[in-house]
Amino acid sequence: MSIFVDENTKVVVQGLTGSQGRFHGLRNRDYGTKVVAGVTPGKGGSDVDGVPVYDTVGEAVAATGADASFVVVPPKFAPDAIVESASAGVRFIVCITEGIPAQDEALFFNRLRRDHPGSRLLGPNCPGVISPGKCNIGITPGAIALPGGPVGVVSRSGTLTYQALHDLSRHDVGQTTCVGIGGDPVPGTGFIDCLAAFEEDPETRAVMMIGEIGGSEEERAAQFIADHMTKPVVCYIAGVTAPPGRKMGHAGAIISGSQGTAQAKMEALSAVGASVAQNPTEAAELMVKVVKNLA
Amino acid sequence: MDLYEYQGKQYFARFGIPTPAGVLCRTVDEARVGADELGYPVAVKAQVKVGGRGKAGGVQLARDAEEVQRHASNILGMDIKGHVVRRLWIQKDSNIAREYYASFTLDRARRLHLCMVSSKGGVEIEQVAATDPDAIARLHVDPVERLSAAQAAKLVADARLDEDARAQAADLLVKLYDCYTQGDCDLAEINPLVLTTDGRVLALDAKVTLDDNAAFRHPEWEEFADTEELDPREKLAKEKGLTYIGLSGSVGIIANGAGLAMSTLDVVNQVGGSAANFLDIGGGASAEVMASALEVINSDDAVRSILVNVFGGITRVDEVAKGVVEAMRRVELRSPIVLRLDGTNAEEGHEILAGHLSERVVVEETMVGAARRAVLLAGGES
Repeated sequence: MSIFVDENTKVVVQGLTGSQGRFHGLRNRDYGTKVVAGVTPGKGGSDVDGVPVYDTVGEAVAATGADASFVVVPPKFAPDAIVESASAGVRFIVCITEGIPAQDEALFFNRLRRDHPGSRLLGPNCPGVISPGKCNIGITPGAIALPGGPVGVVSRSGTLTYQALHDLSRHDVGQTTCVGIGGDPVPGTGFIDCLAAFEEDPETRAVMMIGEIGGSEEERAAQFIADHMTKPVVCYIAGVTAPPGRKMGHAGAIISGSQGTAQAKMEALSAVGASVAQNPTEAAELMVKVVKNLA
Repeated sequence: MDLYEYQGKQYFARFGIPTPAGVLCRTVDEARVGADELGYPVAVKAQVKVGGRGKAGGVQLARDAEEVQRHASNILGMDIKGHVVRRLWIQKDSNIAREYYASFTLDRARRLHLCMVSSKGGVEIEQVAATDPDAIARLHVDPVERLSAAQAAKLVADARLDEDARAQAADLLVKLYDCYTQGDCDLAEINPLVLTTDGRVLALDAKVTLDDNAAFRHPEWEEFADTEELDPREKLAKEKGLTYIGLSGSVGIIANGAGLAMSTLDVVNQVGGSAANFLDIGGGASAEVMASALEVINSDDAVRSILVNVFGGITRVDEVAKGVVEAMRRVELRSPIVLRLDGTNAEEGHEILAGHLSERVVVEETMVGAARRAVLLAGGES
């Protein structure tokens, strides 16, 4: 099994007619994802390489039964696109858009939490989700993932996620699902959501978690691991050598004072029994050992 | 983007938040003229984007022109934690009866706005939080519901602000919420918020951090743009649209994505080296962006080797390779370069580089291997 998305997931791409939407939407389809529709207001009735385009998500859902959406539109339009998707009853919404104002993120996150509790948002500013061999929504290069499990991956960083997948696959360790939650201030889906889903998923037998400096999500994840996780967790936290008080690209990657440092996060995770690696390659090596011990 | 205190107050004023009168000055003469116009006494305040200026002597009270002259000449040019003072804010002195604290920021854990109000202002709020947490009243605000006048009134009462101050402070909180949300702030903080002896509530200080992602809907932020504090390498990188932070080591780092870039710094450190910078070329970088990144690194005299660590997702490795080749044609790279390229179109990328490899342009397969090589080439110092 996998979490959030699988071979039956039907995806509508919001922004399919744009250059990014077309590139990644079709790449997801080529991977085997059921990309059933696109949405661009005013372009309903056309198609992109055979994928029908609708004016609204509501129409796309009614016509195709799409239950997931891939939002790939500029920051100005992403908030409305996300809320539109949730209003149309889409169950899983992936938004890769980078550069959405934090105030907008806080607003649509809470609007969904209150008015559309059945919809889960992943992102924004994330690489997306891939259940290898079944479904890839987002920008993760599908070729680096290996189907079959038993490892679930959750990460705050895009490229580090690729590095981790690549290293795991190279060691012949497959993945059930890999979720990139993104590094923005208000992630729709957090570490704990993913850890809980992996804990429930019978095919996932170990979890790799990749965090970074800033915020306290990793520390809270450590508490969740202590309280609820029976499966082994291997962690890596980026930013040990980051200078304090400076933003490093991600809005999330900022340290203020002693809170949110990589060291503090690593200690918190180590204290609850997670294996903590010094770099992504070592994380994969630790996971190889964990997986061997499972059998 | 952090604002200077005076910019923060100007920003507050747009939302109707009362602040004391003041003028911005860049010279001693301007300070004296400004103070004369405001009337004495005045506070002479260093404008720097770093905390602790009071302790460093960057805020002084002046009772007459002579004192303004003396304080202004002392403070201008002063170095406060590496920040040189080039601007002064001359502020009409307020007769302070009480000092409070108020702020809005995002509580990431709860994913709600957080308002904090305290009757213990004028000191570091972190200290109050550590020693007397009950002295801070907190309220989470759902952005869908916004902050109501009733909630603000309850909050100032919970914070045990003086009776005389409560109505004005509650009104100010609602305005501060508007400034924080409509004004796209990551942080809007007033410390101290004061009650004057004549019964007015004023924002005596302003700490405002704007959300850079919202710049597209705030053309008025243009006036806050400030490059004078940037290190020259950071200035060049900014012109080229790169995310760059100057550090003090000798291995120049270029990576795609903040996470991978941070991780590259860590790995260089683990194998005994030190990074000269953090540079994230971002997602989907073109050959042009990559070439610019190399030019920025090449401009840094401290760099002894360059490590390019790219894992292509949305970024295409062939574009990165083209950028490397382009940069080598445009400028003479002073340092050897180690490339580790994986992911989307990696094969095409390696083909493009094949004809350009030499002792000074080498490819490594793994991140750790590439870091070792780069540190070795930099002279292996830690």
